[in-house]
Amino acid sequence: MLRVDNITSSYGGGLILFGMSLDVGAREVVTLIGRNGMGKSTTIRAIMGLTPARSGAITFDGKRIEALRPHEIAQNGIGLVPEGRQIFVRLSVEENLVATSADRQGAANKWSLARVYDLFPRLAERRAQSGGTLSGGEQQMLAIGRALMTNPRLLILDEATEGLAPLIREDIWACLRQLKSEGLSILVVDRNLDALLGLADRHYVVEKGRVAWSGTSAELAVRRDNIERQIGI
Amino acid sequence: MKLTRTGVFTIVVALAFLAVPYAATLLGSNYVITLATRVAIYAIVAVSLDMLVGRSNLVSFGHAAYFGLGGYAVAISAFHLANDVPIFGWAGTNEALIAWPLAMFVAGFGALIIGALSLRTAGVYFIMITLAFAQMLFFLFVALKYYGGDDGLSLSTRNLFAGNRITDARTFYWICLAALAICLLLSWRILNSRFGMVLRGAAASERRMAALGFPVYRYRLAAFVIAGMMAGLAGALWANQNRFVSPDMLSWVRSGEFLVMVIMGGLSSLVGPVVGAAAFLLIESYLSGWTEHWQMVFGPFVLLVAVFAPRGLWGALRGKGDV
Repeated sequence: MLRVDNITSSYGGGLILFGMSLDVGAREVVTLIGRNGMGKSTTIRAIMGLTPARSGAITFDGKRIEALRPHEIAQNGIGLVPEGRQIFVRLSVEENLVATSADRQGAANKWSLARVYDLFPRLAERRAQSGGTLSGGEQQMLAIGRALMTNPRLLILDEATEGLAPLIREDIWACLRQLKSEGLSILVVDRNLDALLGLADRHYVVEKGRVAWSGTSAELAVRRDNIERQIGI
Repeated sequence: MKLTRTGVFTIVVALAFLAVPYAATLLGSNYVITLATRVAIYAIVAVSLDMLVGRSNLVSFGHAAYFGLGGYAVAISAFHLANDVPIFGWAGTNEALIAWPLAMFVAGFGALIIGALSLRTAGVYFIMITLAFAQMLFFLFVALKYYGGDDGLSLSTRNLFAGNRITDARTFYWICLAALAICLLLSWRILNSRFGMVLRGAAASERRMAALGFPVYRYRLAAFVIAGMMAGLAGALWANQNRFVSPDMLSWVRSGEFLVMVIMGGLSSLVGPVVGAAAFLLIESYLSGWTEHWQMVFGPFVLLVAVFAPRGLWGALRGKGDV
């Protein structure tokens, strides 16, 4: 579904990615793990076109997207839950969800306000509140809900559980498991190996701007000690 | 429906506008109407500017350009008519229902060009480039000697409104007030539509909106043009009220005054810019009757508002309750 092929990218002057490659298949959950500053977020920025790749190819559903502009990439069916949540603080919860909602591909099981509120009942309670008054966890739920309302075929989460209380994290993971069971492709950047092992099919360990190791959850579980040392957990 | 504090004050403001002609009769002075007409006209500009500055976080420092373009569109077509050389041979340009939409079109077209270029920048650069474009237009009209240059251009009469003369101050006031009401209604509808949500969302972060699949630039350009058209309508009304236009309408001082009105009244609210325009003009009118250097008193007042009412006069009136 998504194929990143040998891309290089720079961010803030220096080169960050040196031939980064990865695949996400249909209905697959894939993770990017690694230390800070190794290029995980830069990879995502390159996929979304926010910091376009300097060389290499990115294809989504067989279509080259590396030269498209961010809004065009999103319109192709990639939904981003950005790092640091970044909801629209001036809009109400419901406005956050409705403002950017879209169904450009004609989804089979279309996302609606009711479905998002089903997934996150806490958002329903706060629907008229402005986004800025939500707790961190609620903002994260809102950011996920907002991405889902664009009916993406691939959902990308950048550090979605960063800085959240353990209980709220568990809510988010439960939500992602449900989305997986519904057949959504997901690319996750996170550092919580326990949760990732239970959720994801495959993993990429990113080191110095390229893939240092990749494998399935079973393979990761076997080498877990090594990998943990590698990514510094 | 529960009446909120905002609701109460909104009604008070509306009633104040409606009461003006009666107050003028009681006081036996038409000056009240003239002043209120000016308030209504400037309020239209302030409302349109808030759509950019308040809601979209686009600080346009050249909004007077569209105000001036609207005014000149009316004045120039009247000038040609008076000299028996109507533009393109059009005879109807003295009719408000033709001249005012024409003014809006001209201002909107100007906003389209200037916006298309300016919106590629952001922040301080956006402020400077909108200012620069407005100054270019200012000097263009200064240089156009055929249309009066520095001295401006007089209109021998106001436009006809649906064939009727509108020399009566009350009639003209009602027309301006109706125009303000329509602009407020329109801006309310726009800002609560999805288009408005995208604008307000993008005010916080353009990239965030782009990452969700929205071409922010096009939305902003559309808002810029709509705001320009509203300012153009106000310019047309202003030209009619004063039967005079001059490059002064486009000067950067005027753009600054518009910004002060919006910010002093209260950003990102529907009524705030109206209150700001009213406060600005009433204070100006009162103080300038007292001293020529009225800005010496007005300046500190604006400072006090900025310090003690950071959400503007309207924000202070409506209280902390609703944001």
